Order: sequence, then C-alpha cells, then structure tokens
Amino acid sequence: METVVFSLLNGVIYGLLLFMLSSGLTLIFSMMGVLNFAHASFYMLGAYFAYTISSVSGFWLALIFAPILVGLVGAATERWGLRKVHANGHVAELLFTFGLAYLIDEVVKIIWGRNSVDYRVPELLDFPLFTLYGTQYPAYRIFILFVAVAMLVALWLLLKRTRAGLIIQAALTHPEMVGHLGHNVPRIFMTVFGVGCALAGLAGVIGGNYLVTDPAMAISIGPIVFVVVVVGGLGSLEGAFIASLLLGLLQTFAVSIDASFADIFGWLGLGETTEVGRITIASLAPMLPFLMLVLILMVRPRGLMGDRDI
Amino acid sequence: MNFTKSAALAAAISLCAGMAFSDTVKIGFIDPLSGPFGPTGDAGLKQFNFAADQINENGGMAGNTVEILPFDNKVNPKESLVQLQKAIDQGARFIVQGNGSSVASAIIDAVNKHNTRNPGDEVLFLNYAAVDPAFTNDRCSFWHFRFDSDADMKMEALTDWVTKNEDIKKVYLIGQDYSFGKAVAAAAERMLAEKAPDVEIVGNELHPLGKVKDFTPYIQKIISSDADAVITGNWGQDMVLLIKAAISSGSDVPYLTYYGGSLGAAVAMGEQAVGSVYQVSEVNTNLPTTDAQNALIDAYEAKYPNNNYYFHRIHMLMDMMDMAAEKSGSTDPKDIAMALEGMVVDGPYGTVTMRADNHQILQPLFVSVFSDNVQRDVENTSLGWASTDADRIEAEDTKTETTCKMERP
Amino acid sequence: MSDMATENFANLAPSNAQKFRMRVLPFVLFAAVAVLIPLFGPSRSAYSLLNAIGINIVFALSYNMLLGRAGLLSFGHAVYFGLGGYAALHAMGMIENADGGFWGSVPVFAMPLVGFAGGALAGAVIGWPSCRRAGTAFAMISLGVAELIAAMGFMFGSIFGGEEGISGDRMNGPEVFGLSLGPIGEVYWFIAFWTVLAALLIFAFTRTPLGRMSEATRDNPQRVEFVGYDPTRVRYLVFIAAGGFAGLAGGMSAVNYEIFTPEALSLLPSGFVLIMTYVGGARYFAGPVLGAIVLTYMQSNLSDFTEAWLLYLGLLFITIVMYAPNGLAGIVAGLWNGTRATGMAYLKTWAARVVAIAIAMVGVIVLVEVAVRKSNGYGEVFEPFGLHLTPGSPLTWALVIVPLIVGLGLLRHLARDEQEAGA
Repeated sequence: METVVFSLLNGVIYGLLLFMLSSGLTLIFSMMGVLNFAHASFYMLGAYFAYTISSVSGFWLALIFAPILVGLVGAATERWGLRKVHANGHVAELLFTFGLAYLIDEVVKIIWGRNSVDYRVPELLDFPLFTLYGTQYPAYRIFILFVAVAMLVALWLLLKRTRAGLIIQAALTHPEMVGHLGHNVPRIFMTVFGVGCALAGLAGVIGGNYLVTDPAMAISIGPIVFVVVVVGGLGSLEGAFIASLLLGLLQTFAVSIDASFADIFGWLGLGETTEVGRITIASLAPMLPFLMLVLILMVRPRGLMGDRDI
Repeated sequence: MNFTKSAALAAAISLCAGMAFSDTVKIGFIDPLSGPFGPTGDAGLKQFNFAADQINENGGMAGNTVEILPFDNKVNPKESLVQLQKAIDQGARFIVQGNGSSVASAIIDAVNKHNTRNPGDEVLFLNYAAVDPAFTNDRCSFWHFRFDSDADMKMEALTDWVTKNEDIKKVYLIGQDYSFGKAVAAAAERMLAEKAPDVEIVGNELHPLGKVKDFTPYIQKIISSDADAVITGNWGQDMVLLIKAAISSGSDVPYLTYYGGSLGAAVAMGEQAVGSVYQVSEVNTNLPTTDAQNALIDAYEAKYPNNNYYFHRIHMLMDMMDMAAEKSGSTDPKDIAMALEGMVVDGPYGTVTMRADNHQILQPLFVSVFSDNVQRDVENTSLGWASTDADRIEAEDTKTETTCKMERP
Repeated sequence: MSDMATENFANLAPSNAQKFRMRVLPFVLFAAVAVLIPLFGPSRSAYSLLNAIGINIVFALSYNMLLGRAGLLSFGHAVYFGLGGYAALHAMGMIENADGGFWGSVPVFAMPLVGFAGGALAGAVIGWPSCRRAGTAFAMISLGVAELIAAMGFMFGSIFGGEEGISGDRMNGPEVFGLSLGPIGEVYWFIAFWTVLAALLIFAFTRTPLGRMSEATRDNPQRVEFVGYDPTRVRYLVFIAAGGFAGLAGGMSAVNYEIFTPEALSLLPSGFVLIMTYVGGARYFAGPVLGAIVLTYMQSNLSDFTEAWLLYLGLLFITIVMYAPNGLAGIVAGLWNGTRATGMAYLKTWAARVVAIAIAMVGVIVLVEVAVRKSNGYGEVFEPFGLHLTPGSPLTWALVIVPLIVGLGLLRHLARDEQEAGA
C-alpha cells in the first residue's frame, strides 16, 4: 500500500515536471514544425540561472527572474538563429537546434564548471511536511506540485481565454492562414518560442534542486521530453499532459516493483537463473519511454491526442 | 692506470650527466574528470599532484622528476583505452587509475596485451581504488598492483560490525549495477550467511551506475522493508544522492558504506547523519598518528581548502613507488614491479605490506562513524569521521586466500 | 531533329577522360596516400590518429548513404556500428577459443566482414519498422531505437558485457598478408586496406540503380512511386546497406581497440557521426571523408591544446548549418568552381572573407580560452605569443572586443558588396 501511495505522489510530481518541459516543446513543434533539440538545454539553463541568482539574492527572486531570462535567450535564439535557417528546411532547423544543444552544454561547462553545482532547496521549504508509513515527505516536493499546477492553470487560461491565446491556437494548426489574416507570424513564432523556453526554464528552476544541477541534466532528460511530445501528439497540450503523467507514473512504478521476468513469465518455463529471467521490472524503467515512442510511431503516428501525423 | 682513471672519471661524469639530464618519470592518470564522477576523479588527481610535488621537492624519484599526466575517461572502459594509448604515446610508462572496476578491468587487459606486444617498452598499472577482488585472484597480472583493500577485505570489516551489533536482524543491500557493485553484494550475502545466519537480507538492489538522479523511490523501499541496517558500495554522485535522499526521507538506520567519505557526501548528510553513517577505509584524519603525517594533512588541506585528505592510499602508492625506484636504482616499470613485490613499509597508521603472490596491499582498516565530536572536520562542516581502537582491523587480519597464479616475465 | 537530340545526349555523357578524372583518379590518389604514409615513419600517436580516422571515414561514408543520398536523418546510426563491432568481438572470442574447426581458420583480418554481416542484419530487423516513414518521424524512431538498444546493452550481460563491455584479442587465428596485427603499425595496414575497399564499395553502391533510386526517393518520393518503385522498399534496402557498412567500420574498430561498451550504441556517437558527415558536406561523396579527417583530428589533437574543443566544434557546426549547408566540401568545391569561372576576383573576395573570419576568431578564441582557464580554478593564465591575458586585464577585453567587431563588420561589409554585385 505504502509503495502505491509514494509511487503515485512521486510519479505525479515527476510527470508534472515533464509536462512543464514538454508543454513548451509541443507548442513550438506543432506551430513551427521544429523539433527543438535544445529544449532540454533551456531547462538546464533555468537551473543554472536559478543557482546563480539564488546565491546572490535568494530562491524566490530566482523563481521569477530565471525563467524570464531563459525566455529572453530563447526568443533571441529564434530571432537571430532559427529564423535564418528556416529557409533551408526542417532538417536544417533540426540540425541547428542540435548544434545549439552542444553549444549550450559547453558554455555551461565553462561558466559553471564540469561538475554538479550545489543548488539547494530553499531553507524555508527544507522540512518534512508529513510522515506517512514511517517515511518523511519533504515539503519541497509538494511545492513543486503547486508550482506545476499553477503553471498549468495559467497556461490554460492564456490559451483559452485571451485573444493572444486564440491566435496561438489557430497558428498551431494553420500557420499560413493566420499569416494571411494579417497577423505577424514570425513574431508569434518568436513569442511562442520564448514562452516555451521560459516554461522549460521554470521546470529547471524547481527541478534543478529537486534532482541534480549538472551539465549532463539536459542530455539525460532531453530524449524523454521528445517521447512525451510524440506520444502526446502534435498540436495537443492535453495529449502532452496525459503523456507526461503516464510516463512519470510508469517510470516511478517500475522502479518500485521488485518482480523479475522469471516471476512474471515463470509459468512459461522461464527460469530464475536465465539471463532474461533475471531482468527486473525496475531495471526496465529507463527503457519504457523509448519503447513507447517506437510503438506509438509505428502504430499510431499521430500520438494519443494529436490531430495529424508527425 | 691513467686510462683506468680517466675511464672511471668518464663513467662518473656520464653518470652525473645522466642524473642531471635525467628523464621525467611520467605517470598517466586515467580517471573521470567530468560528469557524475568528476569530483571523485578530481580529488584523486589533486592528491597525486600533491604527492608528486613532495617527491620532487625531496630530490625526485631516483633523481628523476615525477610528472602526472591527467586524462579524462568519463568512467567509460573504451574511452579509457583510447586515453591509455594517448598516455603511452606521450611517454607514460606508469598508469594510475582507481574509479570504476569496469575501467580497471579494461586497463589490466590492455596493459597485458601492450606488454606482450611491445617487449622492452612495458607499462605498469598501479591501481589505487578499483576493488573488484578478481583483479588479485583469477585475473591477477604481474603488471597490476592494487594499493586499496579489495571489496572482500572491506566487507569482512563491515559484516563483523553487523555481527557485533545484535539489534541488527535485517540488512538491505543497495549498489551500483556493475562488476564492483555485484562483487559487494555477493560478498555481503556470502559473509553474512557464514557469520550471522540469523540476519536476514531483506533487499538486494542494483541501480544503474551514475544515472539515478532521485534515490527517493529506493529509500522508500528500504524504509518499507523495515531494514535495521543498509550496506552500500556506492561512490561519487551515487553515494551523495543516496545519502541525500535517505536524510530527506528520514531513514535513520545505520548506513554501512565503503565510500561515505566521497566528496560532497558530508554536506549532504549534515547533522542528521551523525552516528548513523559508517565507512570502512584505510584512514580517517582523526586517527592518532605521527607529527609528520599531521603536518602532511595540514599542508594538503591548506593547499586545497575545498578538499580533504581522503586518499591516503595515493600517498602510500607514490611513496612505495619512490622506494621501489630507490631500491632498484631504476625507473623501469619492470624493475619497479620487481621491487614492489613483498615490500614492507612502516606507514603512519601501521605496517603496510605489498603481497608478492597476488600484488594486493595489506594495510590496517578502520570502521569510522560520522561524528560531531572531531578534531578535523570534513568539507568545512564541523563534522567528521571518528573511530576507536576497537574499530581497527590489523593489516594481517585483512589477508584473504588468493587463487592467483602469478606469471612473472 | 531526332538525330540532334541523340547527339546532345551523347555530349552530356562524360568522356572517358572525365570519367577517369572524376571516378578513378580520386581513389587511386586515396590509395596511394594510404600506402605512402608509412614511408614517412609516423610515430605511434600518429598511427593511433590515422587508425581512428580510417574507422571514422568508413562510418561517416556509411552514414552519408542515409543522410546525403537517401535524405534520411538518423540519430541512431551508432547502433549498427556498435552491433557490428560486438559481432566482430564475439567472433574474435570464438577464434581465440577455437581448436581448429571453422573458427580456427578464420583470420582476424576478416572481422570487418563479420561486422558488415552484423550491421546489415541489425539494419534488416530494425529498418523494417523504421523505414516506412521518412523525415521527422524516421528521425524520432531512430532516436527511440538507439536509446532502447543502448539501455538493453546494460541488461544483457552475455552479449554486451554490461558496464565493462566485451574485450577481445586481435593476435589470434591465421595471419593474412603476414600481418600479426600486434604492433599498431601493422594494424594501420589492416585499417588502410578496409578503408580504401569500403570507400570504393560505397562509391560503387551509389552508381547502382538502387543507389540512384535512393537519391530520387530523397528528392521526390511521390514521383518515384509514380514510375513504379516503392519508396519504402528503396529506403529499406539502402538502410540495410548503410547498416552493413557502419557494421564494417565497427568491425575495424573492434580490431583496433579490442573493446566495445554499450555506450558505443548510444546517442552520443550517433550525434558525432552526424556532425562529422554534415560538417564535411553531405552533398558530396568526399564530404564525409573530409569531415571524418578534420573532426577526428580535432577530437584527438585539438583536445590536447584546449579543453574547450567541443565548444569550437559546436560553433563550427552551427556556422556550417547557418552559412555553408554544403559543408567543408561545399566550400572547397565553391572555391574551385568560382575561381575557374570568374578568376582572381572570386579568389580575392574569398580571401577577404577568410581574413575577416580569422580576425573574428581571434576574439572568440581569446574569450573562450581565458574563460576556460578561469572556470578551471587552477590559476592558469592564457599566454599566447608571450602575452599574459588574465580575466581582469583590459588588454584581454580589447583582444576580445576589437577583433570581434572588426571581423564581423568586415563580413557584413563583404556580404553587402556581394548582394549589390548580385543585384
């Protein structure tokens, strides 16, 4: 029972973090057709900016300013980088973001060093909130939950209740038409790219001290974010939300299950001592997202909730 | 007569010239200098540089200057071999490495091959921390010396501790999923079954090496298993994050570790870990020792204020190599290897012996506990490692049977 | 009328002399260089570098069968390299343990063939689901497959060897051409032989109808379908061949390094081969060769000069993506054609551009090198040409800002000139 409760809590938190990262990417991907390889690098930048800002002025200012800074970097990237490459087609854009990810990695290593930095949970939130089945539950995790939900609501209001949101929604599916209607599509692109990166940056601010802030954090989470976007489906934030939670729960539950293949498929004659039989469900956890990615692309290329094929 | 004199003079001059223009002894240091295990490798490199400086100040190694050439291998065996090739190309005839038995295994293989293929140009591998017992048993090699006690020797110490504490009835094993982690788990199972059959192993978990960012799910498993103690061989970031998660989830059972002294762990542990985290090692800086050794520790920590004197074995390695060079009057890897075999040294914490039959060091071991009542703290925390006389295991007592059949050239 | 048309077509076909110059001569030169290199008595480190270059040339050429020829962007090509390498290492293990029998008579020299078989087999299995789609979907599937296989590598110890990987010994089995393959100088001949042979075979592949169709599928899959070919099938067959040659490179690597670890299957080496190929120039057959030489050199030698070599690599890659999509080979070809067409004038503007870039690079290099040394915290100072550049000194900042402004300004000026000339 306690395993289920904790896995549920941890899984939802991890899933919401994933959603913060992937919501921006879904917007960018649907609208511009660019699978931004550097998206996770903006997540990393968020964590590092927050580390630097919070060492000067405390965590709360970092929570506000780090994502804004990341958003500005993102908008600048779109304006002076991506837009130039746009003429050469999607592959060139993809490669541009791929190179950018490399570059950001290296710049981060130069500025903040090759090893992890000591970016900590703020003292105000560094206490056990409650004790369940003998295990303390850190308050900061619940704080992540709150921030993520607040962001979710704000994003939903922005997209569904404002004029800008309506235009963005229209541009998600019919960018040319929006352009014909007289809207400045390049500026919409730049804004969305900036906002998407800012969301990734926010995820970095609250995820960096929850997990680890090191130069490898981008490459370790980047591919998983792609999985969320592809599984969720093009043009669908709802899909990305469901996929994020699904992946978060799947990975957390897999870690907490002790069974091995031999336990599950023993009735088929799979022995405890065979190599396949010894594989545990827990060790499958890192593979699951990619299995899902390949299966979805083969069986249902539009993803769970997408409106068109990739 | 005159001729003999001048010949002797010429010989003396050439000898002096040989001393004055002596070669540099290049030591290739192959360890992670970036990534999750970067801090661990970096700490080792600093200690090697410090030891090399000391030897150079005291006239060098048999009159030669010692130089450490660092190579970053990212704990990847293949990358290590690429770097090994580079080190050899740059003139390193001695290789030191420690982090990762997977890497050490590849280096032992490669060094053996290199030495058969390039006679007269041999390379010697001095291992300062890779503790898979196989390296001094089935896979032992004349070209490999280990200056750290192997996983079995350390596990003897930890299981003795478990046996002594009668409240401990359930033990949880957690480790990294590679040869070393598996060796630790196997040793724990074997020794506990032997020494304390009533102690139950309630969990035996292996997690991916250097990839887990949040150990909370593992800690929750530990807590719900009602374990009375946890044994882990984790090191580097895996040690720091495991302890961090344990503290924040309120897991307060004893953690018996190999590498609780990993850089960064003390900060993550803080006050809450006092009295519940143990480590088995060849040193803690609060042990009573000679004035010279205390001065050495002071000098080291003054030079690197963000690091602690942790790898005592690196100093032992360099000192013993220096002595071997003096004894054989040569810096040829083969001569040094011959001189190292069976060498007995009076170390600052007790007598240290390099076994000739399998090239495994025998040194006293200490089980120390994380404490707030210490003279020398770690990581500027006012906390540190302490031990009593009862926690000392004599060098002779760490000796294990070996299956090694050493083949000497 | 019809006679004239025939005549025109005949004129379009390359003459024998052209054929020789374009198709045969480069390979003769390539082989000649490979044979002549040992005459200069390279050092051991030079041999290490040359062997790595040879392996990467074949790997990048095989990747370009996908990227340049078939227009398939893959993020998982190292999977086939790695699986081929593992196959070769397991074969080497069997040779080592064989008492006569089949494996007793197989030379280690032939391991790249085992690698080819392994890579092609993996390509045939994995390509089946992936090749149904092109474009971004293909890229994503290749990424997913790469991550899956790399994760599996840590799970199946008997095949992939876990963290330790699988090691082998190349000095077993019968010798070919009297090579024991022990010393690195002998391994060089092995690598040179297979590099030249593989390059020749890959070039021959591009001349086959299948190779031609793969280019057509890249440019217009619909039209390919209209003329009666199945684009999926064409992609699939090309994918198998590319996997095979990647496996061949893996087999070469298995013999050279005698070890493979699951990391060799992961995204990082896949990304590196993509960068190699693209920087070299995916549109040209010689592009990947150029890219492999330049990047392998950077990887092994530039990394000794500066720790920030990956940053320079990233900058180089982005610059190429933004301003020279045809890569280094495209730049060389442009220079050659431009000079032949417009003579010295072209060479002059080109030289001016090089100077401008070089000036701007001075600024970038000073900035990066000073920053790297500061971030390391060892108190080292960047001292080029006897200068003493500390992070705080005004000279440092002058050397960063002035060259950057001058260089970029000059480039802008040149671009404007060109635009005006063009208009």
